[in-house]
Amino acid sequence: MDFSLTEEQQLLQDSINQFIEREYTFDDRKKFLDSEKGFNEENWKTFGSLGWLGMPFSEDDGGYNGGPVDVMVIMENLGKGLIVEPYVPSILLSGKILADLGSDDQKSNYLHPMISGEKIITFAYIEPQSRFTLSDCLTKATPSDDGFVLDGYKALVHNASASDTLIVSARTSGNQCDEKGISLFLVDTNAKGVSLRNYSTIDGGKASELTLENVSVSKESLLGEMDEGFNAIDNAIDLATLGICAEAVGIMGKMNEMTLEYTKTREQFEQKLSQFQALQHRMVDNFMHYEQSKSLLVMCAAKMNDNTEDKKKALASLKYQIGLSGKHIGEESIQLHGGMGVTDEMHIGHYFKRLTTIRTLYGNSDYHLSNYASL
Amino acid sequence: MYNDVVYFALNYRGVLMNLSFSKEDQEFQQEVRSFIEQNYPSEIKEKQDQGIPLSKEDTVKWHKILNDKGWLAVNWPEELGGTGWTITQKHIFQNELAAANTPTLMPFGVNMCGPVIYTFGSDEQKEFHLPKILNGDIWWCQGYSEPGSGSDLASLKTKAEKKGDVYVVNGAKTWTTLAQHADWIFCLVRTDGSGKKQEGISFLLIDMKTPGVEVKPIITIDGTHEVNMVYFDNVEVPVTNLVGEEGFGWSIAKFLLAHERTGIAGIPSLKRELDRLRDITTQIQVGEGSLKDDAMFMSKLDRLEIKLTAAEYTELRTLAAMSAGGHPGPESSILKILGTDLQQELSDLFVEAVGYYAHPFMTEEDLASNESRIGPDFAAPVMPHYLNYRKVSIYGGSNEIQRNVIAKAVLGL
Repeated sequence: MDFSLTEEQQLLQDSINQFIEREYTFDDRKKFLDSEKGFNEENWKTFGSLGWLGMPFSEDDGGYNGGPVDVMVIMENLGKGLIVEPYVPSILLSGKILADLGSDDQKSNYLHPMISGEKIITFAYIEPQSRFTLSDCLTKATPSDDGFVLDGYKALVHNASASDTLIVSARTSGNQCDEKGISLFLVDTNAKGVSLRNYSTIDGGKASELTLENVSVSKESLLGEMDEGFNAIDNAIDLATLGICAEAVGIMGKMNEMTLEYTKTREQFEQKLSQFQALQHRMVDNFMHYEQSKSLLVMCAAKMNDNTEDKKKALASLKYQIGLSGKHIGEESIQLHGGMGVTDEMHIGHYFKRLTTIRTLYGNSDYHLSNYASL
Repeated sequence: MYNDVVYFALNYRGVLMNLSFSKEDQEFQQEVRSFIEQNYPSEIKEKQDQGIPLSKEDTVKWHKILNDKGWLAVNWPEELGGTGWTITQKHIFQNELAAANTPTLMPFGVNMCGPVIYTFGSDEQKEFHLPKILNGDIWWCQGYSEPGSGSDLASLKTKAEKKGDVYVVNGAKTWTTLAQHADWIFCLVRTDGSGKKQEGISFLLIDMKTPGVEVKPIITIDGTHEVNMVYFDNVEVPVTNLVGEEGFGWSIAKFLLAHERTGIAGIPSLKRELDRLRDITTQIQVGEGSLKDDAMFMSKLDRLEIKLTAAEYTELRTLAAMSAGGHPGPESSILKILGTDLQQELSDLFVEAVGYYAHPFMTEEDLASNESRIGPDFAAPVMPHYLNYRKVSIYGGSNEIQRNVIAKAVLGL
């Protein structure tokens, strides 16, 4: 058994931390958030040139052959910096789907420019009624003479307004929740009949509600086989789940650090807060939550290439734990910061908000606990 | 600015962290399994599986079987009788023992006194004691806590006064586990009361047959006699039984507590017991189905299992770090808290599972007798175990003390 990172993974970690230190202060971040796209395109290109965008993909696909552990290292460290650039929707979701299903043409037109940082592609699959069920899809694609016509509605499409292309899941056969009968399409964000209602999310991100009305796409827009898109969706969500769990672990570690620092500075009753035993024990509990989460993260990263049941069980355990520990560390960190914890000025609240959205993303603790029970 | 990093990115080859067993490890696992199959005495196995308390002879028998194979002192240095196993092998070994439900061996000799003697003891002490610890001829107990010194262990008052070539020991120790079976006791005693309380403590080995040593039972809420008071009335102990120097006892105690905390999590046994509880849920009738159909109960079991997996991997990470960098540090405090939390929660789930049949009061004698038990066989030991396991968050440094240790040593508070 070996839990250590390779020298290369250490370097990767160092380079991300250097980047955050030099280019991603809280003031920088605020500027990125306030911009129209909600993130910084120069940063995105830097990610591309540093190899982060190509990490999860094979050399044939123009990537660097990284595995789940590398994705873990990237996301954990991006989490520490509370990075808002669309690594998860574009690279881990759309990129993974393109790598799994894309034809040579589709890869060279979409995946390669995505890896180099020129194109951003997001994945539209959530629907208002679907909650966490990946096979729940009402959006329809009807075959036409020269392709398909898409009709339907997608919710919470991250970074849609900044994306050149959308990957859209749509039903080509079967009933509302059937796994079979879902197909995936590449849709130009500017195509006729595509409309976006853009908004900011509570964690500093951008998202859109997407309406598809009589949207015509070509035959070449279909990714993979018709009716057979579900497995690719499932695999991409698995990878993204590992990703956001790693991000959450990075965030939790950072929140614990900030809380410790704060209690060592703040004085009440002529004492540092950190000297009160009642508070010390709560910080120890936060630390233990972090360690438990980190342990399951490492286990899960190592099991991502195992047989499906082992992988699914590891992911369900991990996401359940992240939901639990995310709530504990998040809420306790705010409490230990006292009134300052609820001010927009302090960084802690921004970490709290991202951690809180991660708890729900790709299924909350209850959802993953029931997944666990069914395995 | 990032030139070095770009270069590295272009040459990047991801490597997957490896948590699976190698071919050699799998062969080792097989070897351990077949050894247990061939050597685990069936009469002891039967008692273990039915929750019947073991006698001293049972425990010593299994101790000797492992020692004959050279598999007793797993963590000792190889030249002293240790195994020289890798972390992975030790992990496999502990898991296999637990899966087969072999007796838990007393930690006081092999895991505690042994490492103290080979680390700090004189040549004479090593020569006399180490072989006897290994072959199980001496049963050790631990003399730490006192009636007035629980969590504040350093306040202990049992006095050892040097008179010629003996220490004269007076005082009382408490919570002494299985002292009624013990041949020797290792004690923290006060040799100097003048300075800082930690500084006047020494580590002394005492033969329980010495005149003036008296053992009195303490009966606990589960109705068993597991712990004792041990009184010392002018007990004369040869000065050669002092380990290290006078005043060095507190350092030894801290060394030992760290050792004690790693194994204390008991993760392999927890895995076996959790599986057993899953199995039991199918045997407990509820309406036309079984407890397995009760989603509320099963959800608690699943939560516990995930928490156990998290603890298991935390232990593995700690062990891996230890194998790279030496001794267990304050990390072992986390494991003590996590492991004992799990042990208590699981013992409570057993009680919940068996419902009313947790209520009949089953003494050790009842459990050992041939008469049929009241209720299902698996139900009888459940409540005594739940009651007995209140101790785990109290002993070995209470979980509150562990939090103090982590706050200080890990969080720097």
